[in-house]
Amino acid sequence: MSTNIDKLHDDHHHTPSGIMRWITTTNHKDIGSMYLWFSLIMFFVGGLMALVIRAELFQPGLQLVVPGFFNQMTTMHALVMIFGAVMPAFVGLANWQLPIMIGAPDMALPRLNNWSFWILPFAFTMMLSTLFFGSGGPAAGWTLYPPLSLQGGDSFPFTILSIHMLGLSSILGAINVIATILNMRAPGMTLMKMPIFVWTWLITAFLLIASMPVLAGAVTMLLTDKFFGTMFFTASGGGDPAMFQHIFWFFGHPEVYILILPAFGIVSTIIPAFSRKRLFGYDSMVYATASIALLSFIVWAHHMFTVGMPLAGEIFFMFTTMLIAIPTGVKVFNWVATMWKGSMTFETPMLFALAFIVLFTIGGFSGLMLAMVPADFQYHDTYFVVAHFHYVLVPGAVFAIMAAVYYWLPKWTGKMYNEGLGKLHFWLTTIFVNLTFFPMHFVGLAGMPRRIPDYAVQFADFNAIASVGAFGFGLSQLLFVYILFNTLKKDVTAEDKVWEGAEGLEWTLPSPPPYHSFEEAPKVD
Amino acid sequence: MRISNILLMVIFPTTALAEWETNMPRGVTPTSEVAYDLHMLIFYITVVIGILVFSAMLYSIIYHRKSLGHEPAKFHESTKVEIIWTVIPFIILVGMAIPATKALIMMEDTRDSEITVKVTGYQWMWQYEYLEDDVSFFSKIDNESNVARRLGSNVDVKKVKNYLRNVDNAVVLPTNTKVRILLTANDVIHAWWVPELGGKKDAIPGFVNELWVDIKEPGTYRGQCAELCGKDHGFMPIVVHAVSKPEYYKWVGIQKTNKVAKNK
Amino acid sequence: MSGSNSYYVPHESSWPFLTTISIIVLFIGGANYMNGYASGTSVMLLGLAFLFIVTYGWFSTVIRESEAGIYNSQVDISFRWGMVWFIFSEVMFFSAFFGALYYARELSLPWLGGEGAKAATNIFLWPQFENVWPSNGPTNANGEFTLVKAGGIPALNTILLLTSGLTVTWAHHGLKEQNRKKLIYGLIMTVLLGFIFVGFQAYEYMHAYSDLNLKMTSGIYGSTFYMLTGFHGFHVTLGAVMLTVILFRCINGHFSGDNHFGFEAVAWYWHFVDVVWLGLFVFVYWL
Ligand code: HEA
Ligand code: HEA
Ligand code: CUA
Ligand SMILES: [Cu+2]
Repeated sequence: MSTNIDKLHDDHHHTPSGIMRWITTTNHKDIGSMYLWFSLIMFFVGGLMALVIRAELFQPGLQLVVPGFFNQMTTMHALVMIFGAVMPAFVGLANWQLPIMIGAPDMALPRLNNWSFWILPFAFTMMLSTLFFGSGGPAAGWTLYPPLSLQGGDSFPFTILSIHMLGLSSILGAINVIATILNMRAPGMTLMKMPIFVWTWLITAFLLIASMPVLAGAVTMLLTDKFFGTMFFTASGGGDPAMFQHIFWFFGHPEVYILILPAFGIVSTIIPAFSRKRLFGYDSMVYATASIALLSFIVWAHHMFTVGMPLAGEIFFMFTTMLIAIPTGVKVFNWVATMWKGSMTFETPMLFALAFIVLFTIGGFSGLMLAMVPADFQYHDTYFVVAHFHYVLVPGAVFAIMAAVYYWLPKWTGKMYNEGLGKLHFWLTTIFVNLTFFPMHFVGLAGMPRRIPDYAVQFADFNAIASVGAFGFGLSQLLFVYILFNTLKKDVTAEDKVWEGAEGLEWTLPSPPPYHSFEEAPKVD
Repeated sequence: MRISNILLMVIFPTTALAEWETNMPRGVTPTSEVAYDLHMLIFYITVVIGILVFSAMLYSIIYHRKSLGHEPAKFHESTKVEIIWTVIPFIILVGMAIPATKALIMMEDTRDSEITVKVTGYQWMWQYEYLEDDVSFFSKIDNESNVARRLGSNVDVKKVKNYLRNVDNAVVLPTNTKVRILLTANDVIHAWWVPELGGKKDAIPGFVNELWVDIKEPGTYRGQCAELCGKDHGFMPIVVHAVSKPEYYKWVGIQKTNKVAKNK
Repeated sequence: MSGSNSYYVPHESSWPFLTTISIIVLFIGGANYMNGYASGTSVMLLGLAFLFIVTYGWFSTVIRESEAGIYNSQVDISFRWGMVWFIFSEVMFFSAFFGALYYARELSLPWLGGEGAKAATNIFLWPQFENVWPSNGPTNANGEFTLVKAGGIPALNTILLLTSGLTVTWAHHGLKEQNRKKLIYGLIMTVLLGFIFVGFQAYEYMHAYSDLNLKMTSGIYGSTFYMLTGFHGFHVTLGAVMLTVILFRCINGHFSGDNHFGFEAVAWYWHFVDVVWLGLFVFVYWL
């Protein structure tokens, strides 16, 4: 055991207990757990807002909410899901897994780690509190396009400053991840021997550090435009509203890969484990991830084909966007090749991972369709886009997170979840997710714009189906929560190596692992 | 029924229950047609790729399972196949990019138009100005929809004719004429979109964007604002009446007399 | 037992949490201030004061631990990576504003002036407008203004900052050679140059506001000018304060010739601020 850890624990016989333990902790597992719980809560908060949206859209005509509030729900739903649910879930997984996958005692910068977590609840409390303001919360969509966003009431500076805080949290978290991966690997673990999940997180952290500050810059300019008389986004002063969109999407597109690359890492970990066969094409998986990340910085304007760019710009962004299909395809093909001639079993994590591959690919295909500029002139800002990004985000990112939780929960807690219930959760979730989001392709193509509280009657049937699906999906997640608590209640029984085919250092530790994961750095050959 | 619909129905069987609109309209302009053709082309390509990939997966799932006693193979890399499945998608993408680029260049060419209409978005209505003929008017959601759409109006919106897709003053455009549409806005960003006339374009305050349509069939075409523009974004429809050229000029004449009458 | 495998994991700490609290107080105050509520300012100042105290406390703890020799070389490397990537994030923050400048000059202003893809903009909306940089846009926002001449204070400031980059390197050599005099005088000069720079910058702002009618509200030129130089000036101030702290630590005999990460981190930061200034000088003042 490291002297320093010993010494400090001798110095401080009283580890704080109760709430103070969580407030002051510097332990990667404590912090990882806090991130994961926070993410789960935010998933429900964001989901509740989605249910308000879906309830209103169940039928044509306004039944439940006024349009202004509907727009607040759309805006908040997205901000909460992206910054509150999916990103923190990935950081939570990183906190739990990175040290025990690379053979380290903890994260490289533990106090910073505590800080990056604790910013989140405060930032979200501030952001969500604006919903209770007299003039309501932000309602210009999560993309905050001016001049509309500048029409916001009192909520405006609160929203912007909470986004600054979220950015700070992500950057600090990402710095920590990079420092951990670059500096804390066990002797012998070269970069090209790292587990693939570690690789995807390393690249994600780079994306975070490169893109979040740009978002901060963009929203800072919004703030000064509103309150200090600058004219970045006003034509009469020589600015341009579309300029905001460029800066925003320079952040925004890398952001969507931030939401998917760790998911790729998870799936690349789980598929081999349950196929009992090594990951096919490890090297090309790493290169593909890196290519996706680099390409993601030169495709941003595919979100704004309709703003009237010069023709050359449209062609450039169309081509670069299409190119991303290649490295992503390499990943999909490698997953299939990993399964090929394996010896597969289908426990819950594997089921989620398999559904991920199929449904993410469908979402990727619709993405590719969106990249075709002439067709995007029709698709843009319709439910076809909503269908696209929910396919990559929900059965994409969220499924991967669920797969990861089922996969590592026994390791974290030493307790095995109920496999039957897990499978039931999987099937319900998969059926309802498709019921919710597949019909959105149809209404989108048929001409239903997004971000509307009410629609023409020809869209009624598919919207009703989608709403039923959404409520079914939501209810199924209650089962997930039940499974979690049910597991936590059990006695410690899980083996150290929970899964027959799993590989990696984490399985050499006991389940649950000791407080300071690897007190002695393991040797890797 | 179109093949595409049948295909979609295979994926999603409930579609078969009714004649629901499930696909992009082919539309009535050269631009909407190229968009549609491109859409279908890419759709079929992805369906084929999807079937290939998912079949391989399914085969593996069915035959290479532990419960059948299948032993795992040892292979785990091959530079050759990696190159193959990098190059083949690239070739497919090139095949998609060529028609897309051609279509795009055609769509962005607003030269040689006969008529120019300037469209300005307001929160929440449209203003149309016919620049050659000095005709100008505002167009907003029709009263019947506007009453029915209120929270607690207790109107059965299914009984409202063209609910949310009707306006007080429709735009009238001549058929078989290249019409250049200039788009701008007065307050926030809006987007002008009638699906059957081809794509949409943003109306940005302080800037002018261009779009062109050349309507091949007379008729009434409906659309709506397609960029979030505040609380009534969902309630700023667009209606275009496409009529033959002589009828169009008759309409222009009436507008002018009305204007003169009003000004008196 | 120790050796190369041991790694320092700090014990529980309330500093991060307290820092968050101070930031949230600062931000709530700031938001209220911007919304025009009288209470905003005092809450903001409270948060700021709290933030200073907490930052002081947090850094004191780290410095104390460092001086107690708890950190080993691996921790040192973690700190280094942390600082490098933090600076990279700052680079990206600045690039958002440089991007805005580039966009305005290369795209939006030419369009407004009738060039390129959106030429119709000029004909229909701003027929009088001709695009020449510097510009405050077609409505001549906030009226005519005069530029700050690159050859005046900005050139002087460039020299000051470049010199300070040299003095800090000089001090670094002093530290490595265990030459205290060189170290401390080098640092004193760097700090002085930094603060003189800030002073000049403040003077220049006052001059621009009162004599040149160049304000934040002067259209896109004023916006980009003040955003870029202001954000940079803020960083110089921060850097100079950090250098001051390092100066006092050096006077108190902290750091050794081969172990002085704190010094180096601040020096890196200072060089970063320096390089950004060169970008500003070229693209904001000169071209
Ligand atoms: C996890 C998040 C995620 C991911 C991974 C993606 C992936 C992709 N996205 Fe998506 N996207 C979003 C999240 C995401 N997107 C969000 C949130 C929005 C909306 C934001 C908003 O407006 O609010 C959006 C919007 C969006 C648009 C803008 C639409 C519009 O507003 O008009 C476009 C346009 O090009 C696009 C394209 C793509 C492409 C080409 C990919 C590609 O990466 C997909 C690549 C994958 C495949 C293609 C499938 C697998 C490949 C093969 C099997 C190989 C063989 C295939 C071929 C050769 C065809 N996306
Ligand atoms: C990671 C991101 C993420 C995730 C996970 C989701 C998840 C969901 N989203 Fe979201 N969504 C976005 C990101 C995401 N979304 C973004 C970026 C936008 C664009 C916003 C914009 O336009 O600005 C958007 C917009 C958006 C719209 C379009 C709104 C509009 O244009 O007006 C809709 C409409 O149906 C929708 C629905 C849903 C649903 C039903 C889910 C479901 O998967 C949610 C499921 C979860 C629950 C339902 C909660 C769990 C259960 C309970 C709370 C218990 C109670 C349950 C019952 C009693 C049934 N989303
Ligand atoms: Cu106008 Cu939306
Ligand atoms: Cu994108």
